[in-house]
Amino acid sequence: MESLQPVLDGFTVVLEPTNLLYCLLGVVIGMLIGVLPGLGPAATIAILLPLTYGIEPVTAIIMLAGIFYGAQYGGTITSVLLRLPGEASSVVTVFDGYMLAKQGRAGTALGIAAIGSFVGGTVAIVGLTFLAPVVAGFALDFGPPEYAALALLGILLVATISSGDKSKALIAACFGLLLATVGRDAFTNTERFTFGNLNLADGIDFVPVAMGLFGLGEILHNLEERHRAVKAPSRVSNVWPSRADLKQSSGAIGRGSVLGFFLGILPGGGATISSMAAYAMEKKRAKRPERFGRGAIEGVAGPETANNAAATSSFIPLLTLGIPANATMALMFGALLIQGVTPGPQLVEQDPELFWGVVNSMYIGNILLLIMSIPLIGVFVRILRVRAAVLAPITVLITMLGAYTINNSMFDVALVVVFGAVGYLMKKFGFEPGPLVLAFVLGSLLESNVRRSLLVFQGDVTGFLGRPISATLLLLFVAVAVLPLVQSALRRRRDTGTPSGDAPAEPADRTPVKENA
Amino acid sequence: MADVHLDTEAAAEELTPEQLAARWEAEGPPPGGRAAHFGSTLVVTALAAGAALLSLGMGLGTPQQPAPGMWPFVVGVVAVAIGLAHLVLGRRGGEGEKFSRESLLPVLGLATLVGLVLLMPVVGFEIPSLILSFVWMKFLGGESWRAATLYSALVVAAFYLIFVLALGTSVPHLF
Repeated sequence: MESLQPVLDGFTVVLEPTNLLYCLLGVVIGMLIGVLPGLGPAATIAILLPLTYGIEPVTAIIMLAGIFYGAQYGGTITSVLLRLPGEASSVVTVFDGYMLAKQGRAGTALGIAAIGSFVGGTVAIVGLTFLAPVVAGFALDFGPPEYAALALLGILLVATISSGDKSKALIAACFGLLLATVGRDAFTNTERFTFGNLNLADGIDFVPVAMGLFGLGEILHNLEERHRAVKAPSRVSNVWPSRADLKQSSGAIGRGSVLGFFLGILPGGGATISSMAAYAMEKKRAKRPERFGRGAIEGVAGPETANNAAATSSFIPLLTLGIPANATMALMFGALLIQGVTPGPQLVEQDPELFWGVVNSMYIGNILLLIMSIPLIGVFVRILRVRAAVLAPITVLITMLGAYTINNSMFDVALVVVFGAVGYLMKKFGFEPGPLVLAFVLGSLLESNVRRSLLVFQGDVTGFLGRPISATLLLLFVAVAVLPLVQSALRRRRDTGTPSGDAPAEPADRTPVKENA
Repeated sequence: MADVHLDTEAAAEELTPEQLAARWEAEGPPPGGRAAHFGSTLVVTALAAGAALLSLGMGLGTPQQPAPGMWPFVVGVVAVAIGLAHLVLGRRGGEGEKFSRESLLPVLGLATLVGLVLLMPVVGFEIPSLILSFVWMKFLGGESWRAATLYSALVVAAFYLIFVLALGTSVPHLF
């Protein structure tokens, strides 16, 4: 029973009134911003990062957990009501969710999504509670070489699993690593890439980079898309799903929870893959699969449960290894670092109150999400009725003034604008911002561990292969790097062999399912 | 415009998820094309090469005793290698989005943001924010003069209330 004590202590931390209040605030604001069309969870969390400044670490993290869940659910709302998925992991929700909305059952779809998200999230947190200390215990023996290899593998996986062009994603990741070197070198105190600018001497802050690339970049890009008119959402009634709906979705919710939890642990877009897999599984299991795509409630319940379970279990690599598994987790990582918390295997041991505070805040965030989402849906529908032209400048001003309040510095605001422009251009030219931000966050960790390892190995690079764990990780790295090259080479050969043969396959090839697989 | 929209709405009901996804793809902006592919890859490759050259100036050191330039040099070289490989082997022009007349909207939006950054320290946030939100509503969003004027005034008033009066932040303000 002794081992459960820290877990319970974590609850007393979370249940303090201040913390509960901030969690509630996080959920509501997260949903408010997340519901804005075109802003996915990563953009939402980036825009709201300044909110967590100046608050005590534990409280700030609890608020972040609230923002995280709120932002996730915000994307679901726009998927169902507007056919606009906030991010890739809500794409499949659109298929049946939007059809349900057209049949006047938007409330049911949103209610089931909230319940499914709650169940999936809770199952994943329970899993996390038991699994995380085990993984962390295993990783306690990691030294610099293992960390270097792990960080490299993490960056590579996120870059190769991203939906766009792989080599462009890798280039973006390299630029993230380069950006991380700006400022004073930790080993020699030499200034690098500062060009004499005092503001750059301490390096580039994570927050303006994330706010610019994810937040402002999206907002600017949306300006261009605006002309593709979005219809005002239909009225939403009957948010509480009927007993029949619940019965019909219970299987999908159960399966989605388990599937999502396991796929979510894998690095790179776990939530997206698991929502796709859950949809495919439900369709396959259904007695009448033709209902799918025409408003099948399981088609909402399965993926929404799975993506929330996966989003939660992707905290496991972050909290136990200190390696964020996707762009959203990179944001959480950055936010934790700002609070002076370095996620990693030592966190459970050294700061159990904080670790369990973080984990348990997810329970609370999840519960608050369920409580708040159902009565608040009417409010969100009203927000969605406000024209995008009016909402856009509000979001921009929140971003700009928010960026100022971090350090009371105009330089940060200017950085947000610069990275906003970069983010927009990256989008236009097909470079993913996710790998860049992830690599930027991990950059200094990777560099210092590589350099420390080289010191240990006395400059012998093959030393990495002499240690079993780092050797295995690097082997995986090579496999992940080389396999796609081999595959595409094979495909190219096949394509040139039968030039007409693959033409009919092309449209199916370009579905989001394929892009994220 | 409204009719076209209704048509697509009606048609959407008949589509399977796969067809719907294909339709989204078709509705989206066309991919960037060859010039954008080569241009953007060349630019980032050149940037990476520049970073590698600058790192040479910081000194590389030896593997035993790496100097500050070693790591950025290695990363820069890797980026250049991937960039060159992409130029030669990559999918050509299937990625990204073509620039169109609408791309002027983000440019104008960016200009108002630069204006905000330049003016805010001088005259406080109120006037630049008012101009920004009016431009975004009227010219970028197509709201009416009346609506744009009214809403931007309300927005700035709300921000004043929140950031200055309620939160007491030190955002530069005129009043």
